[in-house]
Amino acid sequence: MNAPTFKPVADCALLVEYGTEIDDEINRTVIALDHAIAAAEIAGVQEVVPALVNLLAVFDPLQTDHVQVEAAIRALLPVSPASDAEAAHHTLEVCYEDAPDLAAVAKACDMSAEAVINAHCAATYRVGMYGFAPGYAYLAGVPRDIQVPRKSAPVRDIPAGSVMIAGPQCLVTTIKMPTGWSIIGQSSARIMTGDPNRPFLFEVGDTVSFKRIRREAL
Amino acid sequence: MSRVRLRVSHAGPLVSFQDGGRPGHMRFGVSASGPMDRFGLAVANTALGQPTGATGIEVSLGGLVLECREGEVTFAVAGGGFTIDGAGVKSSGWTVRTLHAGETLAIRGGAWGSWAYLAFAGTIEADKWLGHTATHSMSGFGGGTLRSGDLIDISEAQIREDRIGDLPCPAFAKPDGTVHVVIGPQDQHFAPSSVESFLSTPFELTDAFDRMGVRLKGERLELSEALSIPSEPVLRGSVQVAGDGVPTVLLADHQTTGGYPKIATVLSHDVDRLAQMRAKDSLRFTAVDAAQAVALTRAQAQARRAYLEEIAKPRPSLNERLLRENLIGGVVKGDET
Repeated sequence: MNAPTFKPVADCALLVEYGTEIDDEINRTVIALDHAIAAAEIAGVQEVVPALVNLLAVFDPLQTDHVQVEAAIRALLPVSPASDAEAAHHTLEVCYEDAPDLAAVAKACDMSAEAVINAHCAATYRVGMYGFAPGYAYLAGVPRDIQVPRKSAPVRDIPAGSVMIAGPQCLVTTIKMPTGWSIIGQSSARIMTGDPNRPFLFEVGDTVSFKRIRREAL
Repeated sequence: MSRVRLRVSHAGPLVSFQDGGRPGHMRFGVSASGPMDRFGLAVANTALGQPTGATGIEVSLGGLVLECREGEVTFAVAGGGFTIDGAGVKSSGWTVRTLHAGETLAIRGGAWGSWAYLAFAGTIEADKWLGHTATHSMSGFGGGTLRSGDLIDISEAQIREDRIGDLPCPAFAKPDGTVHVVIGPQDQHFAPSSVESFLSTPFELTDAFDRMGVRLKGERLELSEALSIPSEPVLRGSVQVAGDGVPTVLLADHQTTGGYPKIATVLSHDVDRLAQMRAKDSLRFTAVDAAQAVALTRAQAQARRAYLEEIAKPRPSLNERLLRENLIGGVVKGDET
């Protein structure tokens, strides 16, 4: 993996970037650097926000500055891409019955709804980042056979717990929001756990798989 | 110490409970929220001897009218220059007064600013989310938005005679039309002429302005290529440019990631001042480098701290003050008091 680039963001952050195209190894490297920064407890760094190809290190400009934070992060390089073996795994139960877009996804992929469900359940996903809204974890790893593009117009008021896909990403919603993604199931998993000690179910880098359940079990 | 109950007779849109904000959860998709103008809430709280980030009410230009149903409590208003009409006394600007049962307090937009902060000498009872009452407008989590008919309870309410009076508004709290930015982090995706127009031409705020961000109007900023960048972390103050070439400045309840290129990012203190501007107000972006940005922020933080230290001191009690003023004025002799 090449060395990352560092860019100042306003008075209080640094963007550390490994690439400009979404790529599995790049994301794993970002996750590894996120872990390394957390372990290093760099003075003045307040929070780190990992994303698909880069991370943002936010610092207190009254305590430190871009130059010092960049030097402290450079001292941690290089990092090896994080492996799934070290990551926590979560299995989420999903009911695929009556999902609004399952038939359309099956049609677009020229396969049966049953085959779409089987493909979705067979894959292992990785939490590439959170974004958009609280607890919206972007899960990378939708099998190529069932990848569909985003809808051309968003649909309003999609309920929490919707399991939806767009391109290579899958997401389980946490609040009622509009979305252009295809809804293929419903999960009772609570990504916002309500537990103050661990308010969000996944850490970035964790792996996730889905288990099919009947409606009665939801 | 007493209990106070207020009833909301009118609340405009976007009037919400806010404490100092909940930093530290951006990695889980949660922006810090908190006051649009962080200094405004800090002033209102400090003037009452409260911690800077104690829960207050953020009042939008839509205004807020409260009836005091029960108890009495000293309150402070700061932030924008709003008008305050309480118990028949009308004033404008930053002030500390006391509200008693049976009285009404109305806070409405005034000479300048988009947001005012109402703090009380006591504890506003509001719901917390992730340890904070700050309202995250997109989800509604936290203390929440105020609506007509709501009841607000304040526990440990106090009368603070030693705090009563108007507060001076320092010049640095008001927007002056200059907004400092550090260029980037995606300036490379813009035509060089766009970066130049971004810095050399004025922009106007539009009324597409809420707690998530404000859309600007001005010269179209051309991207050098049609592109979609991978979603990446953004900050309060990020200036993102959508495909239509129109910049939006992200504010307190911003999404934590975004796929639009950011031409620049506004410095923290300037985000507070920018948030106090109104639709149709004009601004100019001024670029500084990273080291200058840190130096500016440190100087600005020092000025804020000095001001807060000054207003944190209790004023002499009313009696002492009257006595002193009288003695200074020579109107009342010692034996007459």
